[in-house]
Amino acid sequence: MSCFHLDNVSYRYDKSPVLTGIDLTLEPGEILGLFGHNGAGKTTCIKLILGLMTPNQGSVSVLGGHAGDPQVTQHIGYLPENVMFYPQLTGREILNHFARLKGASLQQVPQLLEQVGLGDAMDARTKTYSKGMRQRLGLAQALLGKPKLLMLDEPTVGLDPVATADLYRLLRELCEGGTGIVLCSHVLPGVEPYIDRAAILTDGALKAAGDLAALRRQANMPVTLSLDPANSISALEHVIDRASSSSGLIIKSDSGRLRVDVQPRDKMALLHAVMASGEVADISIHQPSLEDIYVHFIGSGGLAHRGGSQ
Amino acid sequence: MNSIWTIARKELSDSLRNRWLMAISLVFATLALGIAWFGAAASGQVGYASTPATIASLASLGIFLIPLIALLLAYDAIVGEEEGGTLLLLLTYPLSRSQLLLGKFLGHGLTLALATVIGFGVAGVAIAVLVDDVAIASLAVAMLRFIGSTVLLGWGFIALAYLISVRVSEKPIAAGLALAIWFFFVLIFDLLLLGTLVASEGQFSAELLPWLLMLNPTDIYRLLNIVAFGDSAQLSGVLSLGADLPIGFAGLWLGLVLWFAIPLAGALLLFRNRRI
Repeated sequence: MSCFHLDNVSYRYDKSPVLTGIDLTLEPGEILGLFGHNGAGKTTCIKLILGLMTPNQGSVSVLGGHAGDPQVTQHIGYLPENVMFYPQLTGREILNHFARLKGASLQQVPQLLEQVGLGDAMDARTKTYSKGMRQRLGLAQALLGKPKLLMLDEPTVGLDPVATADLYRLLRELCEGGTGIVLCSHVLPGVEPYIDRAAILTDGALKAAGDLAALRRQANMPVTLSLDPANSISALEHVIDRASSSSGLIIKSDSGRLRVDVQPRDKMALLHAVMASGEVADISIHQPSLEDIYVHFIGSGGLAHRGGSQ
Repeated sequence: MNSIWTIARKELSDSLRNRWLMAISLVFATLALGIAWFGAAASGQVGYASTPATIASLASLGIFLIPLIALLLAYDAIVGEEEGGTLLLLLTYPLSRSQLLLGKFLGHGLTLALATVIGFGVAGVAIAVLVDDVAIASLAVAMLRFIGSTVLLGWGFIALAYLISVRVSEKPIAAGLALAIWFFFVLIFDLLLLGTLVASEGQFSAELLPWLLMLNPTDIYRLLNIVAFGDSAQLSGVLSLGADLPIGFAGLWLGLVLWFAIPLAGALLLFRNRRI
């Protein structure tokens, strides 16, 4: 039973399409990163899975049931972006309230608050909380009742680096326990080490989905090699030129090193040639990062043509 | 049912915490005792005038106060949650929109009912104990009728506040509209009715006119508390139309019940169809 399965889902808001033909699945124990520019449809995607809206076309099945059914929502944890909890209530009171609504036991409340690092502040009114503390409270809320599907919208906003690392460790544990997790974030380098798969949305369409290796293959972006010459830089340059006469490589030299952008399929051939020549002292290989892949798929138009609200 | 009660319980404990409940009870008790003791001041004496006069004065003040309190209590029920971001979160819980709104209604309704019963109840008991020659039985009946109709009137305006709260997306707009509702029912409606009466110079259907009073819950409320004493002389202004209403007591009670049931049903419907 998959955590959710979107099958050819389309959604229109006042006739203008927000999502078109989305196919996406999340299996238990998987962490999926959901990325896209502002207004790409991430939030709409999440709302469809949560059952807050129904698609105009296609089907959404969640945890083996229908999105929005009480038996289903009971097993979903959700951390929305920017929640202001009830300022007059204490962290513990708020969590008790939500636990009652979810039908989860109240005994786990103090434990959860400890776990997210609010142990000392649980009896203070939340109007005294900092942004990071509210974020932690939101996380504790999402973890109520051991969810089988966890959806986190910008979970690390306002968290310090240590708390962020703690959060990812916690998510990894949950994942190993069989929880499926969706992470929406704009901090791509931050989430890159933790996600199993990434889905990239632009203008309401799914541009790419898969694990990082598959995305790299799909993007077919050059790999960058940094080479330290053993003898002289010109000798090394000569070796590279010879090895790659067929495919035009870009060579840039900076501060006594060479940077070579090579197509993935030519990478090994070039490495062999360079190693055999004995002209190289050190090599470092830079694979395209999640951010590079993201920019590749989104296009680098950036702010200029990306507008709209989420 | 459980989740309805969970929502209601939070509203109740909120109104205990921010002292709304206590403040409203206190206002009601002070008002009732003040009117009971100084109600006869107009005729040049201090002391308890009579049960009908006291109830009539209370009802006249009640129509200003009760709608205002109810609207203030409830206008941000949904739009307030939306602004804080908790509405979206609540709806991802195993909780339907109807359950959320009904829970709010139960919480706000109980808050208002408790304040009314405590405030006016205390005043009623004080009158019964402290005034020597008051007829306890008729006082009790009048007080119970007054408290009952006050609660229904309050629920009506809570439901009207919800109609606003589920529609608008900003709290200040909801507050403004709530005030507009108060203004319309408490001040404008009777003026309009009176104006129609005068302008039509008796041409208006005499059978239809009294029914127009049923279009305003505050008029029903006043009729209920004044007509009960069989003293039509107390009816002034447009209320004198009420003497011609052919529906009697049960009809007036039913009118008040409909005035909270219909707006509440409307609010539920609007909320269910609303886009989040």
